[in-house]
Amino acid sequence: MSEANKSEYLVEVKNLKQYFPVRTGFMKTVPLKAVDDVSFAIRPGETLGLVGESGCGKTTVGRTLLHLYKPTGGEIYFEGKQVTEKNIGEFRKDMQMVFQDPYSSLDPRMTVEDIIGEPLDVHKLYSTKEERHQKVIELMNLVGLNAEHATRYVHEFSGGQRQRIGIARALAVNPKFIVCDEAVSALDVSIQAQVINMFEELQEKLGVAYLFIAHDLLVVHHISDRIAVMYLGRMVEMADADELNENPIHPYTLSLLSAVPVPDPKTAKASQRIILEGDVPSPLNMPSGCAFRTRCRYATEQCAKECPALTDRGNGHMVACWNR
Amino acid sequence: MAVLEQILKNGEQPILKVVDLHTSFTTDNGEVQAVNGLSFNLNPGTTLGIVGESGSGKSVTAYSIMRILESNGHVTQGKILFNGEDISKYSEKQMADFRGNKISIIFQDPMTSLNPVYTVGNQIVEAITLHQQVGREEAKAEAIEMLKQVGINDAERRFRQYPHELSGGMRQRVMIAMALVSKPSILIADEPTTALDVTIQAQILELMQELQKKYHMAIIIVTHDLGVIAQMADEIVVMYGGRICERGTAEDIFYNPCHEYTKGLLKSIPNVDNMKEKLIPIEGSPINLLNLPKGCAFCARCSKAMKICLEQVPPELRMPDGHLASCWINVRDNNYIVDEEAAA
Ligand SMILES: Nc1ncnc2c1ncn2[C@@H]1O[C@H](COP(=O)(O)OP(=O)(O)O)[C@@H](O)[C@H]1O
Ligand SMILES: Nc1ncnc2c1ncn2[C@@H]1O[C@H](COP(=O)(O)OP(=O)(O)O)[C@@H](O)[C@H]1O
Ligand code: SF4
Ligand SMILES: [Mg+2]
Ligand SMILES: [Mg+2]
Repeated sequence: MSEANKSEYLVEVKNLKQYFPVRTGFMKTVPLKAVDDVSFAIRPGETLGLVGESGCGKTTVGRTLLHLYKPTGGEIYFEGKQVTEKNIGEFRKDMQMVFQDPYSSLDPRMTVEDIIGEPLDVHKLYSTKEERHQKVIELMNLVGLNAEHATRYVHEFSGGQRQRIGIARALAVNPKFIVCDEAVSALDVSIQAQVINMFEELQEKLGVAYLFIAHDLLVVHHISDRIAVMYLGRMVEMADADELNENPIHPYTLSLLSAVPVPDPKTAKASQRIILEGDVPSPLNMPSGCAFRTRCRYATEQCAKECPALTDRGNGHMVACWNR
Repeated sequence: MAVLEQILKNGEQPILKVVDLHTSFTTDNGEVQAVNGLSFNLNPGTTLGIVGESGSGKSVTAYSIMRILESNGHVTQGKILFNGEDISKYSEKQMADFRGNKISIIFQDPMTSLNPVYTVGNQIVEAITLHQQVGREEAKAEAIEMLKQVGINDAERRFRQYPHELSGGMRQRVMIAMALVSKPSILIADEPTTALDVTIQAQILELMQELQKKYHMAIIIVTHDLGVIAQMADEIVVMYGGRICERGTAEDIFYNPCHEYTKGLLKSIPNVDNMKEKLIPIEGSPINLLNLPKGCAFCARCSKAMKICLEQVPPELRMPDGHLASCWINVRDNNYIVDEEAAA
């Protein structure tokens, strides 16, 4: 790497856009702006949480960032080097993804050993069969799976164990960055804690960075260094995790956080919730200007005219709002 | 909470008493013992939360009360007393009249209750005429009124729409409207907001609380979400492996848990006060109901398990604060009071 493109960031995303063409009639398509002008950066070993209601574009950000979808616009950098459709192969090993539903993303006809070993095959990361076996055992130990179960099939494992298999597979190629898309969302709370701890321990041990996508705000707060909030394809706020929770600024973040039922009866029953009216508008029928204005109690005329840009309100607390 | 305190003071009788409920399913692999000796009381106008991880028997408990178990399931033991009357003795016909009239249920997926080929209006009218002697026009007016009650704007237009034309949150409102047409005294809500986004969840939970006050209705809310339970429940039943771990007021359960499973559960969730700390998970994997342990259902995962825990089901003991817990640790620590009522 030359001096010129050295960066303090591991991953940088600038003005990322993902428009899906959606058919609305005969010979007629309109762009569904799933991700619109989203920018963020992640440092080595850091966790950026990504939250927002279903359909706001979280998964699409993750998939587009990994070039699983070709971006409609914007730039992606990894260790200062631009990632393009042509050179994505060079980065595949360093950037991995873990999904919500470990069952559907793991081949039921393969043994755990082969599921975890497959990326090792693809990237030719061993010279002998024995070395491959050793590596798989190491990975199973790393994620807390009993190595004696290497010859078993996925259906023989519980949800939490399957999630560990998916993570071991992602870790097999020593990635520097993992997109975790609702990776703990399907798990029972007692098991969820095991997997959250494992993510945190792996980060301490291996220095891997995460884009941690989840809809459970308390989980995201726990695991993240910083948190980004999306609404209808756009980023509306991004800040240090504690700062965002203690001092939210964007009207959407305010209502999102106030809607979270805290597991404490006194607080939960006393808290005054900001109940949002109505539903999220259709992404095919996006309000002009700020997309949140139809549900926002701070909205003014200007909000309908122009989309507010993300601006720094101090210490990297970024907010996109005209009136707050 | 205020309602509950008043009831306790007035000595009002529980509207629903579940006593020693056992429910199992016949399967090719053997008898799945989904609920094993569950007892609890529900007081009028209050909310009881049933919490536990998936497979702990929460839904089966709710379906046993409603008698809507799948065909391989059967209540093998126990009483279900509604205002003192054992409804488990009811004939199918009596039960059909009872359901939807005195007790209604709503589900996680509204499409279990809604028929995709009829308009929502038609379905609510149907529900009304099933239980009341009213004409079609009158039923229609009532249906529209009900849609307004559950917070649906332009109810006349929504009345003519099909379920797929509505958002998830709106469908949940319609299902609630349908469940409440006969003004039942109990509403059972099985994970009513689990599929919804958090801002829509907040709307639905608030609506349920509003309607509860308006109709003085008791609610049983079944959920795996400790946050939802904390917000909604006056009293809580904690289940594990088809057995009851403890039951008491929300404050008892959250601030003074006396079962090792509840204690573990509360330490394993991210909360406002442990953001900087490592979570303390419950080790091990979920229980196998085909092969229930002889002793405490939780013993295989319990870090404090003693010899007796492996061998004998712990009795339900009254804690000094009044709530009930089934955990041998309390016997070891002599942390219970002898009380004739619980023994009876
Ligand atoms: N492959 C696709 N084709 C068309 N639309 C899509 C596709 N993937 C996602 N979308 C749409 O893009 C929006 C964002 O979806 P998604 O990224 O999955 O949201 P989230 O992960 O936040 O729930 C949604 O409106 C969704 O319907
Ligand atoms: N029809 C059925 N046949 C066999 N087992 C069943 C049936 N319905 C439920 N069970 C089992 O009963 C147990 C309790 O289920 P349930 O009450 O649905 O749990 P939850 O607490 O998640 O609501 C589970 O182990 C489930 O597999
Ligand atoms: S820009 Fe306007 S509409 Fe958008 S959040 Fe701010 S005040 Fe509300
Ligand atoms: Mg998603
Ligand atoms: Mg259930």
